Amino acid sequence: MFSDFMVNAWTIATVVAVIAGIVGFFVVLRGSAFPAHAIPNGAFAGAAAANVFGLSTLLGLGVCAVLAALGIGVLGRRGRQDVVTALALVLMLAIGAVFLSRSSEYEPQIYSLLFGEVLGVSTTEILPVVAVGLVCIAAVAFLYRPLMLSSILPEIGEAKGVSAHRIEMAFLVIVALATAMTVPVVGALLIFSLMIGPPAAARSFTDRPPLAILLSIAIALITVWSAIAISYLSNWPIGFFVGAISAVCYGIGRGWVAVRRGKAVRVATRRRLAV
Amino acid sequence: MPPTRPTSWSVQADLSMGQLVNWIFEPGFFASQPVHVAILIGGATAIVSAIVGVFTVMRGQSFAGHALTDVSTAGGSGAFLLGLSPLFGFVGFGMVGACVMELIGIRRVRGRDLATGIILGASIGLAALLLYLDTSSGATTGATQQILFGSIFTIETSTIPIVISFSVIALGIIVAIYRPLLLSSVSNDIAAAKGVSLRLIGLLFMLALAVSVGLSSLTIGAILSTALLVGPAATALRVTARLGVALIVACVIGVGVTWLGVLLAYDSYYWGSSRQGFPVSFFIVALVFVLYLISGFSGIRAVTSRRERAVLQGAEA
Repeated sequence: MFSDFMVNAWTIATVVAVIAGIVGFFVVLRGSAFPAHAIPNGAFAGAAAANVFGLSTLLGLGVCAVLAALGIGVLGRRGRQDVVTALALVLMLAIGAVFLSRSSEYEPQIYSLLFGEVLGVSTTEILPVVAVGLVCIAAVAFLYRPLMLSSILPEIGEAKGVSAHRIEMAFLVIVALATAMTVPVVGALLIFSLMIGPPAAARSFTDRPPLAILLSIAIALITVWSAIAISYLSNWPIGFFVGAISAVCYGIGRGWVAVRRGKAVRVATRRRLAV
Repeated sequence: MPPTRPTSWSVQADLSMGQLVNWIFEPGFFASQPVHVAILIGGATAIVSAIVGVFTVMRGQSFAGHALTDVSTAGGSGAFLLGLSPLFGFVGFGMVGACVMELIGIRRVRGRDLATGIILGASIGLAALLLYLDTSSGATTGATQQILFGSIFTIETSTIPIVISFSVIALGIIVAIYRPLLLSSVSNDIAAAKGVSLRLIGLLFMLALAVSVGLSSLTIGAILSTALLVGPAATALRVTARLGVALIVACVIGVGVTWLGVLLAYDSYYWGSSRQGFPVSFFIVALVFVLYLISGFSGIRAVTSRRERAVLQGAEA
C-alpha cells in the first residue's frame, strides 16, 4: 500500500484534501454548492480538449475551469443563477464528451476524468498541483475578511465597500483553480463530494470559523486517506468511497446537531417545569 | 486493445437505407427506423421535460433536478449490470432519490442545497462503482458512454409503449396537482395559508420530476438530461411571464431542439471526410444553450408588455 507508485497517490490526495477542506468551507458557507459542482466540469472539457489538440493537460484544465467560472459569474448576474449554472454544466460535459469521442482511448478516458484515477498520478504532476494549491490557499487567506463578511452579511459588506459581485467572481475563480488541479486525481464529479461533505460536517460540530476550517481539513484528509486505502485493498474505484464516506460524515454531522438540539430542548423544558 | 467506437453515438447502422438525396435531410433520414423511434421518443420526452421544467425553474429547483439526473445515472448503471433496460433504473432510482431528498430537505434554501449536494455526491460515487463493475464484467462495452451521454438511435421499438406510459404518468401528476402546485411555486406562504399541504405537493412534484429526468436520461444521457429539463423552460420564462404561454413555448422549444438535434446528428455523419458522427446529445445541449443566451437579449424581452416584465422581475428576484 505504501510502495513507490503509491507514494504519489498519497501525496497528491493529501494536497487535494487540504485544498478541498479550506475552499469547501466557504462553498458551504456561501451556499454555492451548485457552482462548485458545475465548475469542475469545465475542467473536464478542458482536459478533453487538451487531449485532442495535444496541449498540456494542466493548462487546458486551468484555462477552461476559470472560463467556466467567469461565464457562470457573468451570466448568473443577468438571469437566474441556478439555471445558468445548470446549462453551463451540461454544455461543458457535452463539449468534453465530443472532444473525447475524437480520441481512441475514449471510454477509459471519460471514466477517469469524470470519476478519478488517483493511481495514475506521475511525479511531474505533483509540483503544479502543489503550486496551484498554495496559490488558492494564499488567495483565501488574502480575501479572508471580505470573503467572510460578504458570505455572512452581504448587506453590511456592501456598506463597508466590499462588492458582493466582485467577491463572488474572485471566489468562483478560486474554486475553479482548486478544482481544476484536482480533476485528474479525483475526477470532475467527485471533487464536489469532497468540497461539500467534510466542511458541512465540520460546521455542525463548531460555529467558530477557524476551528471549522481546521476540522474540515481533518475530515477531508480522513475521507481521502481511507478512500485510498479501501480502494487499494478492494480494487474498487476510489470515487465510490470518497462519495460514500463524505455522505456518512455529513450524516454524522446532522445526527450530532439533532442530538444536541434535542438535549437543549429537554434541558429547557425541565427548567421551565422546575420554575 | 483496438479502438472500438460503439455505433450508438453515430448512425453507422443506417448507412445503406434510403436513396433520398437532399441537402438538409441526408440520404435515408425519413426511411430509417431508428430515426422514427428517436423522433417519437425524443418528442414525448421533450414535452414532458418542458412542462415539468417550467415548474422546476419557477420553484428554483434546478439543482434538485440536476441531482436527480445523477441519482438516475447510478440507477441506469445498476440496471445495466442486471441486464435490465436502463430506463427502469433511471426512473426507479430517481423516484427513491426524490423521496429521500424531499424527506431530508430543509425548507431553507441553503440547507436544501447542501442536502441535495450530498445525495448528488453519494450517488455519483455509486455510479462510479456500478459503471466500473459494468465495464469490468465484460460484454457491456459502451456502458459508460451509453448511460452518461445517451443513445437515442439505439433505443428498441419495444421501449416506446413504456416511454409513453411514463410520460402520461408524469403529465398526469402535474395536471392533477396543477393549481396547488402553481400556488406553492409562486409563494409557499400563500399556499400554506390556503391549506395546501406543501410536503405532499412537493413530494408529488419531485416524483413527476424523477420520471421526467428518467425519460430524458434515456434520450440525451443521464448527466446531460438537465439540459432538456431546464433549458427550454428557462428560455420560455424569459420570453413570457404568462404561464400558459410559457408552457407552450417551452414545449415547442424542447421538441424543436430535440428533433433538430436528431437531424443534425444524422447529417453530421456525412460532414467532412472522417465519417464520424457527432452525438445527438451534443447538438441538443448546444442548441438549448444558444437559445437561452439569445432569449436574454433585450430585443426579445421588449416584446413582453410592461406589466408582464414587472411580474417577471418579481419572479426572478
